[in-house]
Amino acid sequence: MTGYTQKIRETAKRLLESCQVEMVIGFRQGTVPMMSEPCFVRKPADADQLIWDSHCGINLANYLTDRKEKIAVFAKGCDSRNIVNHIVENKIKREQLTIIGVPCLGMIDKRKVAAAVHSEILSVTESDGKVVVKCAAGETTLNKAEVLQSNCSVCRHRNPVIHDELLADPVPEQSDVDPYADVRAIEAMSSEEKWKYFDDLLAPCIRCYACRNACPLCYCPTCFVDESKPQWLGKSQDAMDIRTFHFLRAYHCAGRCTDCGACERACPVGINMRTLTKKLNKDCLELYDWEAGMSLDTRPALDIYKSNDPEEFIK
Amino acid sequence: MKKLLEHMGVEADRIHFSWISSAESTKFVSVVSEISAKVKAIGPNQRFVKQEAKVA
Repeated sequence: MTGYTQKIRETAKRLLESCQVEMVIGFRQGTVPMMSEPCFVRKPADADQLIWDSHCGINLANYLTDRKEKIAVFAKGCDSRNIVNHIVENKIKREQLTIIGVPCLGMIDKRKVAAAVHSEILSVTESDGKVVVKCAAGETTLNKAEVLQSNCSVCRHRNPVIHDELLADPVPEQSDVDPYADVRAIEAMSSEEKWKYFDDLLAPCIRCYACRNACPLCYCPTCFVDESKPQWLGKSQDAMDIRTFHFLRAYHCAGRCTDCGACERACPVGINMRTLTKKLNKDCLELYDWEAGMSLDTRPALDIYKSNDPEEFIK
Repeated sequence: MKKLLEHMGVEADRIHFSWISSAESTKFVSVVSEISAKVKAIGPNQRFVKQEAKVA
């Protein structure tokens, strides 16, 4: 995927020089390995900062909320679905956007790489499905497939669903993956086991709200966790408060989540809170045949009423 | 919402949804009786009780 870099720079330069857009949102090299950071380019001369590699996991749709200028944005499959969400939810207008689709082969999970080498990582490069990790103790080569972010390894929408330009030919979609295997494993548990499972899952949470901040869906000016009148939930480290926060955060993403993995990626203690949003995604798919962000023309599942909506839960 | 609560380990019999018109008094009685019987059967929910404030 590193081959995209040159094309990205050319595209950004062309769009800025022709004044088609005022700003380009992409990625540039981060200050530490495996942390490509979002980059906002306004001058054609600055376009050479832009890069593309397998560490561009941050969801760029997050930076489009309520923007007023004309923007070009580089979008992976999941980003493009979140852009669709943003347009459907009136957070940005389609006319403002030039979406440059980037067919994606998955992003690398920095924790998996770090766990595989046990030494300070100096640089990470990639070629032909192999990831070469240079660290203080020497060089290690890993298979990219083994260090993919867990949401990328089960991704079924690698190609952008909406784009004005496509950077390269679409990549083959993974059709043989089962995205909901882990959800099903939890569903099979008893109430007691489920409670225990989530107790263990959420125990390390420090309530930093990084998952919320990284999430492109979480754009409310005042988040429910920050409100004090009324105060929706306790602000303590109590297990019940933590659980309530995660429950509500997930539920606010119901029918909107694209499983881009931004929340899990941002979590400083490595909680897989995607387990919760994935359950909602699975329910939406099964109950309403709905996947978020696939088209500009359909309203989200929880946004419309249909006479055949399932209602077994109502007595 | 019921599904996610159940998914997180809240017992199914604790969560009930119903739509009752103000004219449907008999339905109200039957639904409330059914709910209270089900909740009594599983007993008080100790999990939601905060034991004592945790100091960070």
